[in-house]
Amino acid sequence: MTDTARIFRDSAADRAHRAKWWTSRIAIYGVLILWAFICLFPIYWTVTTSFKLAPDVMKGNMVPWWDYTPRWKGWQSLGLSPDAIFQTSTVREEFLKRFLNSLVTSVTSSGLAVALGSLAAYGLSRFSYRFGFMKNSDISFFFLSQMILPPVVLALPFLVLYKSLALLDTRVGLILLYTLMVLPIVIWIMRDQFAGIPVELEEAALVDGLGIWGAFFQIVLPIALPGMVAAFILSLVLTWNEYFFAALLTSTDAKTLPVMVASQTGSQGINWWSMAALSSAAILPLVLVAVFLEKYIIKGMAAGAVK
Amino acid sequence: MTTEGDLLHTVTSERISALRRRAGRSLVWVTGLGFLAIALWQGLYSFQKVGWGFDTWRPVLFAYLVWATALCAAQVIVRGEAGKRTLFILPAVLFVVSLVVFPLLFGLYISFTDWNLASQDGMKPNGLDNLRQMWNDTFFWNALKNMIYYVLAVLVEYAIAFGLAVLLNAQIRGRKFFRVAFLLPLMLSPVAVSWMIGKSMMEIRFGPLARLARELGWDRPSFFGTPEMARFTIMAMDAWTFIPFMMIMLLAGLQALPKEVIEASKVDGATPWQSFREVIFPLMLPVSVTAIVIRIIFKLKLADIIINVTSGGPGGATDSVTSFIFREYRDRSNVGYGTLLAMVYLVLIVIFITLLLKFASRFLERPQ
Repeated sequence: MTDTARIFRDSAADRAHRAKWWTSRIAIYGVLILWAFICLFPIYWTVTTSFKLAPDVMKGNMVPWWDYTPRWKGWQSLGLSPDAIFQTSTVREEFLKRFLNSLVTSVTSSGLAVALGSLAAYGLSRFSYRFGFMKNSDISFFFLSQMILPPVVLALPFLVLYKSLALLDTRVGLILLYTLMVLPIVIWIMRDQFAGIPVELEEAALVDGLGIWGAFFQIVLPIALPGMVAAFILSLVLTWNEYFFAALLTSTDAKTLPVMVASQTGSQGINWWSMAALSSAAILPLVLVAVFLEKYIIKGMAAGAVK
Repeated sequence: MTTEGDLLHTVTSERISALRRRAGRSLVWVTGLGFLAIALWQGLYSFQKVGWGFDTWRPVLFAYLVWATALCAAQVIVRGEAGKRTLFILPAVLFVVSLVVFPLLFGLYISFTDWNLASQDGMKPNGLDNLRQMWNDTFFWNALKNMIYYVLAVLVEYAIAFGLAVLLNAQIRGRKFFRVAFLLPLMLSPVAVSWMIGKSMMEIRFGPLARLARELGWDRPSFFGTPEMARFTIMAMDAWTFIPFMMIMLLAGLQALPKEVIEASKVDGATPWQSFREVIFPLMLPVSVTAIVIRIIFKLKLADIIINVTSGGPGGATDSVTSFIFREYRDRSNVGYGTLLAMVYLVLIVIFITLLLKFASRFLERPQ
């Protein structure tokens, strides 16, 4: 009788257990939601502020349509609001130019770094080299040690060098430096990827008459592609946001978006709506990347952590 | 990780004729000499020893590129199959060597000169004067001291990141949403973050954070008023952007843990806290150490937020070494001295990281 009556799980012991379960659930979700709020609120604040007028900012209104009416003022000052988009606007020209500079430099340098880095990582994971006293592990260390190099050490020699090479304030100059900056990270990720691909695949390809480069391009690359995408996106994030070199090495032509954002903060005081619009526009591309390609970013960052 | 000896063996029966070998070698020599000749000529021209030359040094760069390409091609021409293997890493090696080693040597030379871009004089070697100036520069030492605080803050970030990773690894709904939300700060450019948080949310009058602080009973919130507060605010902003980085690495580590061990500890009657402290944390040590070391490396480059929010103020309390040198360059154009500081910083970093890795390897090589 006692056993069959246990249909209802509401004895004292069960209830204690369930209460404990609930409190732990609430605690977990409470912390998660709190942190998600901390992560998302600055973004929400920036995006909404770009639609506010000065009084709205001063009154501390937060929720659109609830305590203030969204206006296009911030975007208008960038020339990107619906009514200004078809008119000529120097600010928009300026913005688009910076945007394009950022896009070109970050995409090209990430692509270059992934190409160079994948080749090097593949070579290091498959063959043994000897340059003078440097063996494979030394070469790997040489590449990875570049990660330690603080940008400030290279900045000035490059400033002088670029001046004499007429590369100052050019995209090419920035691309070279950015490639250098992300190359160790790409090699780090890709070495891990290639190490995970069994050598037997290439051996089979070699038996079937492909050369080592043929085997690399036709067999290994397609398998390593997700890893390469991960490395590419991670590089993209770092190069898109890069400020230090861009601030020192560019002035008018090749200025990138972060430099533009930084220069606006100084000159205009608190012209809140336009700063908010500019910041939103600067972060938007990578926010979209994060939302849609989150899988690859995580893959890339996880690559080196777990061996 | 790396294995000595070829993993992928290739056997070829190719014979490379002496003619082909000679052709390959001469290709490298001709282009190399061409590069040196152009460089020498341009050097003479820039010292006004010869009457004509190029406007800029760019043709020298092109000559260098031609030589580098010839060197790569010659590998295959001279050494055949073995050269094809070298070709995998040679471009990257050439790229890094020419972009790092040469500028570093050049920088070393600059750092022992007295050179101000604003003055007309150009550079004059001045021996150890810069070192002497550094020795007496309290702001530089102050910046180094700040770096110690900033690096120590990594431990707090690590604790938070570990907590979040454990929560994300728990059985929860909407994991993808939380993961994306937690990842987002990492995507934002530090410059945008400086404005979004440092300049607008912490604005004393209308910023939401200032309002919150007032609600909580802090009469006159000022996030950059006192040195300690300003430093803490910078740390918090930097932590905000970079906690996701450590969190993702730790999460990957947690997901790769052997499930049986944790199950076993549960069967043996360990409370969650015990199983965390006795099982999960020790197993996570290698990943933790990797994450912390990489985070420290990134932390040592910290500058963007400081440059844009406080520019080192108040009174140098938030200066990192990088932001300090940045201002030395940009505001005072003091190139020689700034470069010396950067070089000293590099030496300190190399020593510090070497010691750190020595210390960390003890944890990394623990049996898993």
